[in-house]
Amino acid sequence: MIKKYGIKQLSIFLENRKGRLLEVTKALRDASINIRALALAESAEFGILRLVVNNPEKAKSVLSASGFTLREQDVFAVEVPDEPGSFCKVVEILSGADINIDYTYAFVGGGKKAVLIFKVPSERLEDAIKALLDSGMTLVEPVFFYD
Amino acid sequence: MWNEIESAPREELEKIQLRRLQDTCQRVYHLVPFYKKKFDELGIKPADVRSLEDLKRLPFTTKQDLRDHYPFGLFTVPMDQVVRIHSSSGTTGKPTVVGYTKHDMEVWIEVMARTLSMVDVGPGDVVHNAYGYGLFTGGLGFHYGAEKVGAAVVPSSGGFTKRQLLLMKDFGATILACTPSFALHLAEVAKEEGYELKKDFKIRAGFFGAEPASQGLREELKEQWGLIYCEAYGLSEIIGPGVAAGCPYGNLHIFEDHFIPEVIDPETGEVLPDGEEGELVFTTVTKQALPIIRYRTKDITVLHREPCKCGRTLTVMESVKGRADDMLIVNGVNVFPSQVEHVLTKVEGTTPNYVIVLDKKGVLDKLEVWVEVDDKTFADGIGALEALKARLQQEMLNDLYINVKIKLVEPKTLERSMGKAKRIIDKRDAEGLKK
Repeated sequence: MIKKYGIKQLSIFLENRKGRLLEVTKALRDASINIRALALAESAEFGILRLVVNNPEKAKSVLSASGFTLREQDVFAVEVPDEPGSFCKVVEILSGADINIDYTYAFVGGGKKAVLIFKVPSERLEDAIKALLDSGMTLVEPVFFYD
Repeated sequence: MWNEIESAPREELEKIQLRRLQDTCQRVYHLVPFYKKKFDELGIKPADVRSLEDLKRLPFTTKQDLRDHYPFGLFTVPMDQVVRIHSSSGTTGKPTVVGYTKHDMEVWIEVMARTLSMVDVGPGDVVHNAYGYGLFTGGLGFHYGAEKVGAAVVPSSGGFTKRQLLLMKDFGATILACTPSFALHLAEVAKEEGYELKKDFKIRAGFFGAEPASQGLREELKEQWGLIYCEAYGLSEIIGPGVAAGCPYGNLHIFEDHFIPEVIDPETGEVLPDGEEGELVFTTVTKQALPIIRYRTKDITVLHREPCKCGRTLTVMESVKGRADDMLIVNGVNVFPSQVEHVLTKVEGTTPNYVIVLDKKGVLDKLEVWVEVDDKTFADGIGALEALKARLQQEMLNDLYINVKIKLVEPKTLERSMGKAKRIIDKRDAEGLKK
């Protein structure tokens, strides 16, 4: 299931320093990498930029070569109707399966649909995917994000 | 003056030094295998020491030698004669251990009494002792000396600035003993709290040591508190505080009937004449538990042997100008960069790229360690990174006894901003405070 629904997300460690975000985005632009989803977490001194891109392997090598600290993670994406209660429903299913959510972010897709991305502890990833499928949710396959 | 030996003619003093040096050489040669081997390698027998000139033929002792014989390998007495053990923080987990017999304690108390007698501290004086009590020799050294001269001692130790000020005022402290930076910190907090320093406090003199102080800082303390500034110099390997003390004329006198000083070229080990700058070396000539031959202090200074206006004939050392090694002094605590590296390696499993940044926060030193986060240590989560930071800070406090602020930075940041090999950035007042 992880093979089928796991999506490669890149997490990049960034110091809170002027221009640093620009350097990441330029490196990706110059390599013609398309960012499909992103989230930025921040603390007082540093941040973590999380990206789902169209070509994770290439993005990884480009960013590593540019000296960024990064890590690849498996996340999963759920497609839901773009209406009140959709996010709640997914969280409720995960909660019911006793799975903690590390973090989540989302974007609005076309045709009244929204896509929610979740990171859960890796040892519970399989359980999370299964719980959602069992409850009739639609999981987004990686091919949606990748080229 | 506590003891008339302090103003004895040089010939008399040197006679005492020679006799004691000869005894010490016999003692270490026959009781410490380390010294027997060293003497033998140089082809010297204790009986060959016929004049003070022969001192320069004797082997050196280094901090590493003390560590190599951890904990008691260089002691010359069985443990049932040891009545006190002190220890400094260690670079790679192994501390430097020093021991005292009853006789050694008497020597220590004697030289501390001499120190306090620089401004005639005695009955009626209240000594506010804010040096740290514990394994560090500063607190207990001043404590016993103050009792010896008959003063009332307030063992306040470090920290709790506001409460210390309250006690200093209400107990009518006349003498302040602490690091110079803490004395300035006390003054600043006192002003914030609405005290008038010269009116609310009766401090007439201060004994400041354990870290270097710039001329500016000395003047500031004299001016703000209205006190006589006495410098206290010492190191635990020799005895603790009480190796040398500043007289009211500002000269730092070495109690050389117990500790014979030399200044050497740190590169060649050659003894330098008076007036020339080099590394200070001490030979203890009255200690029993841990006598030390030609200990290399790594402190850079200059010696002078002219009699002082205070009447003392003892050799004068200039205030320490710097270090012959990479030791840092942070709010009076000695820190070696290798200790920082050790903690990083212990926590992370590998040695990350790091840089030590020293700065001032108000009057106190602030130590930051910038650690590069690489792909291996980078956990995807703010919480995990904050936890790594907290753990490093905790371990630094445990191992180095100081508060260190950890800052996580990206790889290559350090290289980019300050050149690859540079591990230490000292932004503190360059005048004297920078080592």
